[in-house]
Formats: sequence, structure tokens, C-alpha cells
Amino acid sequence: MGKAIGLGSGGLLMERRMHGLVARTLQCFVQDTYGQDCWQNVADAAHLDLPEFEAMLDYESQLIGQILTRAEVELGKSRAAILEDIGTYLMAHPHNERLRRLMRYGGEDFIDFLHSLEELPGRARLAVPDLDLPPLELTETAPRRFTLVCRCKGPTNRGYSRVLAGVLRAMADDYGALVLLELEEGPGEAEVIQIAVIETAYSEGRAFDLGAHGAGRQPGGPGAGRK
Amino acid sequence: MTPLLMDQASLDILCPMHARLDASGRVQGLGPTLQRVLAGQELRDTHFSRVFVVFRPRTVATLPDLLSLAGRRLQLRLAGQGDTLRGLAVPDGAGGAVLNLSFGLGLVEAVRDHALTSSDFAATDLAIDMLYLVEAKSAAMEASRTLNRRLRGAMLAAEERAFTDPLTGLRNRRALTRALTDLLRRDMDFAVMHVDLDFFKQVNDTLGHGAGDRVLARVAALMLEVTRQEDTVARIGGDEFVIVLVGVTDRVRLGELAARLIARLEAPIGFEAEAHGRAARVSASIGIALRQAGARLSTAEAVLEASDVALYAAKRAGRGQYAFHHPESAEKGPERRAAGGSVRGPEEGSPR
Repeated sequence: MGKAIGLGSGGLLMERRMHGLVARTLQCFVQDTYGQDCWQNVADAAHLDLPEFEAMLDYESQLIGQILTRAEVELGKSRAAILEDIGTYLMAHPHNERLRRLMRYGGEDFIDFLHSLEELPGRARLAVPDLDLPPLELTETAPRRFTLVCRCKGPTNRGYSRVLAGVLRAMADDYGALVLLELEEGPGEAEVIQIAVIETAYSEGRAFDLGAHGAGRQPGGPGAGRK
Repeated sequence: MTPLLMDQASLDILCPMHARLDASGRVQGLGPTLQRVLAGQELRDTHFSRVFVVFRPRTVATLPDLLSLAGRRLQLRLAGQGDTLRGLAVPDGAGGAVLNLSFGLGLVEAVRDHALTSSDFAATDLAIDMLYLVEAKSAAMEASRTLNRRLRGAMLAAEERAFTDPLTGLRNRRALTRALTDLLRRDMDFAVMHVDLDFFKQVNDTLGHGAGDRVLARVAALMLEVTRQEDTVARIGGDEFVIVLVGVTDRVRLGELAARLIARLEAPIGFEAEAHGRAARVSASIGIALRQAGARLSTAEAVLEASDVALYAAKRAGRGQYAFHHPESAEKGPERRAAGGSVRGPEEGSPR
């Protein structure tokens, strides 16, 4: 396929590929939220050979677009709403407890967490070197008011701010903070989220214990405590 | 340069796991995280050697000894605790020393055992990022293992399909070649029975392909019945089968088996619905080749070729016969015959 273009590794070839984690997330989101039958309908409508994606393999990026389009029809929701639901799902569903924990490494409270967002692509790269997330820029415009710019590039990035908005809402809940989000189209391909933190300790939030999921010698053996 | 005068609070923030030692080696202050790890014991004025057991690069008992290792990486234990810590000692400019510690590779366990949080580490410390990485790595490893398990399952299933004849469920030619090659590599005794159905074409022509398929399935079932688990039964062509009998080279036994198989195959196979009650009648010709440990037949192809020669000798002698292969050159036994093989009908075999 695209390999003959002569850009060496990466380049155009990678832009046409979508990381299996992304495809798998989409699949698990539909399965865990709407059930296996619903996913089967989406997969059939998108003419998938196999209705299962592997997190550790790459897929054609246009495949993800097709599935999203089918999911819009099947779920009766706009793409924007689905993407935001996916962001919330990633942080809040019990199956993704690990991911929530990884995000909690960002900071002690929600403001800390916001300030750590610019590190998100770097953190993602530490964990999964070939997972390329758009760069983020956070600016504090007034006390507790922030502008988050997602430097999206190319069609596979479009709507990234929607997913991120879902993530932010879920993480605000996680920290027990009360926030208001507003999404805007940015200059060029950029997407912007305006964030107002009304309260940092609005509710109790969820517990985060650094030592709970380490890979070291665990009393319960490997994988203990995993939901 | 002005000498550095730093208060305890600043040192606590920069190095939350430090110990300040006075000129006689007694503890004067401990960073907050180190205090936590030491479970709040009152250690002021205790000699450092009773708190910190330095064992690498060598055992250290006195302050001058400790300062002689200033700037070098130390390995030590806290008295009464098992985990190895990393240490770094420097003179404090007033005759004493500052000893700074870190958890080293025991970080994950230490964080769990002492219930530490990110505020227990200096903001510049990468300890939290290391925990993050350990967790991310565990998640990735798990995903990778899951994928490997699934791929292995799929591979085994595909392999099974690749070695199976879909119509009869018997092994196919690929599986047969592999089984023969394996027996030859292990230099085992075995016999190969090359079975070709007689009158099968007529069944197909008069009763239809559905009936033909039923006959093949029935034949396959019969062959599995008369063989053992460790034998290989393969369908290698339309109506052509090969049975590999492991450890059997006795001609009398093989002759009996071939005769019994032919007799059972000759029993009519009925089809109530499909063929309006008409029964299919087939027979079989069988060529048998023996391979004894140390013999010359050394490839799967050669063994099959030998059984094929015997099969055609049986066919030439009429339908429903079996024949043994007699390699002219290597044969020494009294049963030596002319080229081709010795042909027997099923009725000549030993009592069934």
C-alpha cells in the first residue's frame, strides 16, 4: 500500500494507520455501553471482517471513520456526542480503571491536573511510543479560567477536543471538582476548550492510592485488585 | 561565593528523604518522607550507624568513614527493614554531613508499603513518573499477553484446519507427509496402507455426489474404527486414503487387517431418503509398504511411492485385493516374489 511513497518509516504510511488502541476503544465503548448486539450491528454495517479489534495492532484509519458513521446511525447520536461519551467512558467505566489511574498521576487536584495536560502527549508516548496524540496548550486567562488549545492535524485528529471534553468532565467528577466547558473551533485545524473551574472540592471525588496497582511484589499476585 | 545557609524547611522540600548528621555522626534532622518511612521513631541524637546500615561500597561505621565516600553511590538498609535504599552523602560545611536517600528500584513496593503520595516526593523527582510508567507497562504487557493468547488459539485452530480433510474429518496429505516425516526422523517401524476405493465412480455417477460424499464419510468412519489412536488415517485424493500403522510390521497382522477392512467396506451402504432406498456398493484395493527401523526407505515420498506400487499390483490382480510391496534389492526374506508384490484376496487372509 502506501509504503512505496518513499518517506521511510512513519510519514504518510502512519497517517493512514490508526492505532489499535483507538479502534479497540471504540469497540469496547459500544459493547460496554450499548451491548454486544449493538456492536455486532455496527460492525456488520461497517462490513468488518472480524468484529474484534486488537489493541496491539494497527488498522486503516478510514475504517474508524466508517465505524463512527455507522455508530451515529445505530445509536441515534451525533458524532460529537459519541466522541464526548467515549472520553467519559475512558475515564469512568470500571473496565478502564487502569486508565483513570494513569490520568490521576497528573496531579493532586483538578487544577494540578489541568496544568499537567500539556504533558499528556508525552505521557502517552512514554506508555505507548507509537500513539501520537495532538499537542495541547493550556493558558490561564483569569483565576480558575483556562483555555485549552488542541493542535489537531489531519482528519484522524478531528473531534479530538470532544473526546478530551468527555475526559475532562469525568476527571472533574473523579477529583470532586465542578467545572463548565465550552467547545470552540480554533484557528485552522486547532480545537479549543474553554474551562471554568467553579469549585475544586465540590464533592468527595474518588480515591487514588499510588501504591494500589504497582507491578511489584503484590500480596494478591499479579493482576490482583484489577476489576 | 556566599556560603549556603539553608533552613530545615527548604531542605525538607528539596530532599524529603535526607538526614542531617552532626560532626559526631548523630542524627540532627530527618526529611518528612524519611520520617514517615521510619514510622515516626524518635531518632534525634542517635548515631547514624544505628539507623542507616551502609553496606556498599563497604560497611561504614563512623562519620569520617561516611565522608570519605562523599559523592559516591551508597547502598544501605534502614535498621530493622529489608529493602535496599540508595544513598548519597556530602559534607555540610560545619563538620557534619547530609545523607540523602532514594528508594531506587524498590520504589513501587515502598510506595505501597508506606502508603506514600506524590507530595512525599520532591516536585522534580521522577519517582511518580516511574510509578506511572510501571503501571502503563503492566497494562501494555497485559494487552500484549491477551493478544498473544488469542493469536495462539487462532493459530492452533488454523493449523488444525490446515491438516484436516474437511469432508471426512480425516487428516489430509499435508498432515500425512508430516506424520511420515516424523516417524522416519524417529526411525520407527511402521506400515503404510494405501487404500483406493473400487466402483466409487459408479456411486457418484448413479446415486449422485451427495451419496458419494456419504460413502466417503462412512469409509472414513470404518477406517477410524479398525485403527488405533496413534495411527494416522488420511484422505489424500478423491477416493484415495492412506493409513499409517505405527509399530506394526507383521505381515500376518497387516494382511488380516487389510482383509477385514476390504470386507467391511464391501458391505452395502444404504441411503434411505437420498437415493430412494438404493444402496451404494464399493470395494477397495490396498497396497501395503513396510518400513523397518534402519531401512533404506528414508523419505515420506519414497514410502508412499512404495505403497503406490503395491496398490497397482493389487489393482492389476482384480478388485478387492491387497498386496505387499517387495523392494527387489533390499529384500532377503523367503517371501521374495517377482517385481510388484504378492497379491491376496480378502478370502485368503487368516480367519476374520
